[in-house]
Amino acid sequence: MKEFEYKNLRNAYGEILVELGKKYSDMVVLDADLASSTKTARFAEKFPDRFFNMGVSEQDLMSTAAGLAIGGKRPIASTFAIFATGRAWEQIRQSIAYAKTNVKIVATHGGITVGEDGATHQMLEDFAIMRVLPNMKVICPADYYEVKEVVKKAFEAEGPAYIRLSRAKFPVIFDESHKFEIGKAQILREGKELTAVGVGITVHALLLAAEELWKQGISIEVINSPSIKPLDGKTIEKSARKTGKVFTAEEHSVLGGLGSTISEYLSQNYPVKMKIYGIQDTFGRSGKAMELLSFYGLDYKGIKEAILKFLKDS
Amino acid sequence: MVSEEDIKKLKKISLKLRKHIIRMTGLAKSGHPGGSLSAADIVTVLFFKVMRYRPEEPKWNDRDFFILSKGHATPLLYAALAEAGFFPKEELPHFRNLSSHLQGHPDRLMTPGVEMSTGSLGQGLSVANGVAFSRKLDKKSSRVYVLMGDGELQEGQVWEAAMTSAHYKIDNLTGIVDFNGLQIDGPVSRVKGVEPVAEKWRAFGWLVKEIDGHEFRQIIEAFNWAENNKGKPSMIVAHTLKGKGVSFMEGKVKFHGVPPTEEEMEKALKELEKKEKELEDERI
Repeated sequence: MKEFEYKNLRNAYGEILVELGKKYSDMVVLDADLASSTKTARFAEKFPDRFFNMGVSEQDLMSTAAGLAIGGKRPIASTFAIFATGRAWEQIRQSIAYAKTNVKIVATHGGITVGEDGATHQMLEDFAIMRVLPNMKVICPADYYEVKEVVKKAFEAEGPAYIRLSRAKFPVIFDESHKFEIGKAQILREGKELTAVGVGITVHALLLAAEELWKQGISIEVINSPSIKPLDGKTIEKSARKTGKVFTAEEHSVLGGLGSTISEYLSQNYPVKMKIYGIQDTFGRSGKAMELLSFYGLDYKGIKEAILKFLKDS
Repeated sequence: MVSEEDIKKLKKISLKLRKHIIRMTGLAKSGHPGGSLSAADIVTVLFFKVMRYRPEEPKWNDRDFFILSKGHATPLLYAALAEAGFFPKEELPHFRNLSSHLQGHPDRLMTPGVEMSTGSLGQGLSVANGVAFSRKLDKKSSRVYVLMGDGELQEGQVWEAAMTSAHYKIDNLTGIVDFNGLQIDGPVSRVKGVEPVAEKWRAFGWLVKEIDGHEFRQIIEAFNWAENNKGKPSMIVAHTLKGKGVSFMEGKVKFHGVPPTEEEMEKALKELEKKEKELEDERI
């Protein structure tokens, strides 16, 4: 197994915040006592007048961000994914989604890779509860470089958006030249027998699994779908028409996330056999991030086994 | 100085707003008359004496902002906006109808002059803080006004926001509590008491003034007081009467979220018209 370069997504976030802050004087950033963890502290150091620490008050955080947007500012609100989406869901619903205020929510610490803090802090339901909100975009980047693109493109687009980042370092897939567009998926590897769609940390695992499967004579197509909503249904459907089978993998509950979104699309446009792979209908537990990925079968080995089983059963 | 003439003019407007409230809720056969009537005098002073705005240009950047945190008082808000010229008064009777932009609770995207979509309680003060931040960043002298209910103070977010206003010394914001003492399930004191209200706000770092929310001179003075306060946020605790202005609705829990029947509507309108006439005949 070759060594991969791992880079911290949150550092990418802190860096792009400063970059955007220099360019846009109407940009403001809010946090809820986690600025040093989310890395919004980088922005706060450079632009103290445009940074608001709301303390441990996530509901207040979201509605205040909405108020700043009403006043003509372009706010980004950050905290951990569980608090951003879970604690303040109804504030987001009324003051951001329904009111269609120009607020971007960038949450770190999504998914199981939060690690040792355990189930109360491991947000596995955020894609589900955010994507059901009208007017809300839901995006989750796959590596350090994609974080920068996603935050930039989402910030520059009008209207509400939710972006999920993680605590863990992710293996690097892309480089500086990587481009992301809202509502677009990207085929990272072409294949014939199965379409595998990933989001976030599963994208790299899918690429590794595909490489190993190739050695066993199995050809799978790998698609990165950071934009869960709007979904690039067309690209996925095109691939499904070619392979006839779709496997989805996500660091999220199998209920309501990327897999559900794709199955909603395909079942109404081009039904194919699907496997929705992720965290089963359960809460997480404490452990090291990478141990947990392996425990829940979300490392490349677990994903490879799941693909083989799906191919065999279908 | 506020002349007797000015006060009379405001009283006239407040009666007009009350008539709209009765008609809108009566015709829609739904809506919240009680808490609209209790805050009618406060909102009259805000829209027709205190706030700067341009009905023909609702997003005018130098305007004062009014956030109705107790979003169920839409009949009052829409009546004030229509009387101020944001949209034709002829639209008011269509309140809550499918064909109308006048939603049951305020929708900022549908109705001109509505600054924020509210309805789920407890969010308005946070929003107002955000707007106040934006005014400060832009060095604007305009003010933000936020009207809350007393039952609404049971929402935890109100106190998160109260700490924010005090911590950031937000002095370009005036809060008002419409303290009418009643909520859907009964007297606030019995459902889950919020007293001591003024002391709570003081303890949270606010400057507080208690007034009779139906005495126009007191209301005007309180807004002046708030505007002159520096370095701290200001809260006006307005003691009001639920259903104020219509004798058989006053102090009645029922009229929080129950509209007047057709018969009650006629009776209420007659009473308000009689008051209009009395006011007209009154010598200054």
